[in-house]
Parts: sequence; structure tokens; C-alpha cells
Amino acid sequence: MSQIEKTVAALRDALREAVSEVKEFRGDTTVVIAKERLLEALRLLKDAPGLEYNFLTTLTAIDDWPAEPRFSVIYQLYSMKHNVRLRLKALTPGDDPVMPTATGVYPNANWHEREVYDMFGITFTGHPDLRRILMPADWGGHPLRKDYPLGYEEVQFSFNWHEIDNKKPYAKA
Amino acid sequence: MAAVLEQDRHLELTVDELKHLFSPRAETGETMVLNMGPQHPSTHGVLRLILELDGEIVVNAIPDVGYLHTGIEKNMEAKTFTKALVMTDRLDYLNTVGNNFVYCLAIEKLMDVKVPPRAQALRVILAELQRIASHLVWLGTHAADIASQSMLFYCFRERERIMDIFEMVSGQRMMTSYIRPGGVWRDVPAGFEDAVREFVNLLPAKVPDYEALLTKNPIWLDRTVGIGKIDAQTALAWGLTGPSLRGSGVNYDVRKAMPYSGYEQYEFEVPLGTHGDIYDRYLCRMMEFRQSVRIVEQALSKLPKGPVITDDRKVAPPPRSELGTSMEAVIHHFKLWTEGFSAPPGEVYVATESPRGELGVLLAGNGGPKPHRVHFRTPSFVNLSALPILSKDHFVADLVAVIGSIDIVLGDVDR
Repeated sequence: MSQIEKTVAALRDALREAVSEVKEFRGDTTVVIAKERLLEALRLLKDAPGLEYNFLTTLTAIDDWPAEPRFSVIYQLYSMKHNVRLRLKALTPGDDPVMPTATGVYPNANWHEREVYDMFGITFTGHPDLRRILMPADWGGHPLRKDYPLGYEEVQFSFNWHEIDNKKPYAKA
Repeated sequence: MAAVLEQDRHLELTVDELKHLFSPRAETGETMVLNMGPQHPSTHGVLRLILELDGEIVVNAIPDVGYLHTGIEKNMEAKTFTKALVMTDRLDYLNTVGNNFVYCLAIEKLMDVKVPPRAQALRVILAELQRIASHLVWLGTHAADIASQSMLFYCFRERERIMDIFEMVSGQRMMTSYIRPGGVWRDVPAGFEDAVREFVNLLPAKVPDYEALLTKNPIWLDRTVGIGKIDAQTALAWGLTGPSLRGSGVNYDVRKAMPYSGYEQYEFEVPLGTHGDIYDRYLCRMMEFRQSVRIVEQALSKLPKGPVITDDRKVAPPPRSELGTSMEAVIHHFKLWTEGFSAPPGEVYVATESPRGELGVLLAGNGGPKPHRVHFRTPSFVNLSALPILSKDHFVADLVAVIGSIDIVLGDVDR
């Protein structure tokens, strides 16, 4: 039994129906888990002897708008002892995107969760310092959402220079 | 836009919103809250720190990042896989080849494409040269931060030779975009092997010069030994990777742990530190110069002949010579440059060892020709989040030494 099969079996054993799906794609294994039991799963993966996923490589989200549940939050884990990677995924709906914070299990989730909050508007309950991290504090909206427009600067030509200039949001003399 | 502006917005965070970051002593005026940056020469870019100081001792240093945020991940979602490649150069501007490299590896994993051996070896050579170039910039600026100005000039002198090699293969010094999905842009020009060989013969003679200036220099030792210490457990908990982690004695190098692009064929060692202070991180990187040279020498000596890009025409364009005679090649060429190739739904994660640590990409396709989501796991971002721990209880002057020792690039932090 390979290490990854052992992990999946341990997860199924402990969380039963909370493990909704196990996907294999191009050699990567993704386990989809109910968000209510996410912390339990992370603690198990980190601490259980024989698993020891001691390293949270990255934490991010994917927006599947307009599908529901809209957001999947991804936890990319790595076990240094067994040299395997595992991806944990938890879904959260678009109208109330809330997740439990993983900072209690993996301290480095702190900045990653701030980034996900900033870019996707997903709130992490219990996070010690949930502020925007990359965008300015006064920014409106969450840029990596699929319904957030990319935006561009209107090109000014001599015939419409003032018309466009008037619309630009900078301080005018 | 006007609607957004009229919303209830405030331009700066109020003191109350930041209060939880400081000790209660800051309120009574016992400690001082001081702003450092974002325009500060020793923060290696536009990094702003909010410092809480007790006299000259750092109680807390809170990084405030995002001044160089350019929305690269968002922009890439609006471009085809191939066109989005040029944006990856701009992430970590001291590791441009490495960024192309990891992004192409992710595309190749997602599309299930095999890369020819010659392209793999060329990628390794360039990635290792890039590591040397990046470490040279680190050494020069780090040493200049802690009062050894002459290092900067020596390091940039050698780095310029690597820039010349990059210009030779790609036409660009920095933003090369030379590594493409399925291989590399085109074969290296005549004279490439000689230029690389000349450089790998030159560098091992220069590294002892740098070491003679620093390794036993009492000023250097005073500024680095025992400063910015982090033990292995804490370093892992905070996600540190690269020389910043190996300085604490943790043997984790993606090139060894999960070899990619044929790294398993090359013999090299992973230098480790023991104390986890600035000096050990310095020693690790100095030893990495020699290991990178070793890898380049091996890759160069057994550089295979053959094609440099995959013959899977759905991902890589056909050679120019075929366009005049093959209708199929014309169609493939047209489809690739107008529509691009479509990736299957699903996501992959690929990691490489950048000069700063584990540089990973999480790439998701949705059946269309544009990425559904590209996420870069950048080592600078994660390493920087440990700065409050590294700098606690040190002098404010040591803070610049700590920042230099984790070797952050703000383009890599802010993306």
C-alpha cells in the first residue's frame, strides 16, 4: 500500500462521510472534505504517526463562479518524512464564504489566509489578524473573483482627451 | 468606479484596527512605534515595516506588503497559456528563468507533454546559472547592507557574465521567456557551450575571494553570528524553504526530494547549516555556488543532441522550415497563435527549487485555452511572514541584516 493510499484510508476511517471525493489527476491526489471537519482532518494529517504531513506548502482558493458551491479552498500539504504531497480541498458557498482558520495547526497559514481573504473575500473565523494583505486597506471588492472585471485604462486621443480625463479618479488642480 | 468611490471607505487603517499587533506598552508610550520603508534602501525593494521599539530593541516588526502588487495571477487568467508565460518573468525578477521553468513544468504536467532530453538539460544549465546570478545579487546587496560595500561591485561584475549568456540564448538579459511549454524557444547559438564553460571555470576562483573578505572578517561575524536565529521546528511551522530553512539544518531541497527535469542524473550536495542564524544561511548560500557550478559542469559535459522542443504540435509550434511544405503545420501554427491549446479540467501542483526556496505553481484548467487559476507559491512571501520571529529582541540595525539573510525579492512577495 503506497503512502498516499494509506493517507486516504486513514482519512476515510476517521472522517467517514465527510470525505466526499478522492480524485487522481496526473499523479496528484486531491481529497475533498466537508469544511466543518477540515480542522480535524488537518490535525490528523499533521500529527498521526505514519502520516506526518508536517509542512503546509501553500493555501489558496479557486473560484468556480457561477457554479455552486462557488469557492474551493485548497490546502497543499507535504510530508517531509515520507516525501509525498497531498491536496486537501474544502468547498464553501458564494453567498456566505466562511472557513475555519488553519493557523492553529499550521502557523504559516496566517499570510496565505489573509491573501485568500483579500483576493476572494473568504472569511476565516478565528484568524488572529484578518486584514487585506496585498491590496490597499481601502480597496473595494476582491480581485481574483471571476465576476470582478480585469479593468483597463481608457486610451485618450486628442479628440476625447478632456472627456476621459474628467472621469479619471485622481486629484485635479 | 464612482459608485465604489462613494462607498464608505477610509484611506488608512485606524490605530484601533492595528492595536492588536502591538504590546500594551505601546499605548502608554513606553515603546515607540516607528515606520520603516517602503522607500528604504535596505528593505530590498518596496517593503514597509511597522516597528515597535523598546529603545533600540525590536519588540515587534510587522511587514506591510503589497506595494508591488501587479495582479499577475488575475492577468494570466485573461491570456492563453502561452501568452501568459511572459508575465511569469516579472514575478521574481532575479529568478526569471526559474519562473518560466516552473510555469512550463506545470503546463507540461497538465497537458501530459514529454520534454526532449536536450531541452531538459538546457533548462537545468540555465536554472543553475540563474541561481548563481541570484545568489550574487543577494551576496552583493546583503554585504552592502552590513557595511561591506565593495562586495556589491565584485558580485555584479560576475553576474554580468551570466546576463551576457542569457542575452546570447534569448536576446534578453533579464526577461528571457526562453523556456517555453514543451521545451525551449530555440536551440542555443554556437559559442554557448564555450561561454558557459568559461564562466564555470572563472567562478570557483572568485568565490574564495568573496569568502576571504567576509567569512572570517570580525565585523561580518559580529553582525551575523547568533542573529536572526530560528530553530528547525519553528522554521518548518512558518513554511520556510530554501537556504533559509537549510541554515537551520533541515535537509529539504526540491531538486533532491522530488527531482524534476532530470536533476536525479546530477551529483550534488545540499549544504546544511546548524545554528539557523544569519551566518549559517550565509554559509549555505556560499556553498551553493559550488554545487551549482558542479551541476552546470555535469549537464554541459553530457549535453545530449536532438530536438529542443516537443513534437506534440498541439502544444508547441512546428519548426519554421515545415510551414512552407506542410498544410498541417500551417494549421497547427495558426491555431496555436490565434486560439492557443486547451487544457483539460483539473488542477496540478508543481514545485521547483528557486534560489529562495520552494517555488510552486498550482495550475487549474477548465477545458478552455486560458488558465482557470494560476497560483504561485512564492518562497519570498512565505519566508517574509517569519520576519517578526527572526527579528524579535534584536537591535534595529540588525533588522536589515535579517531581511538580507532571508533573501526576499518584493516582486516575488507581491506578485
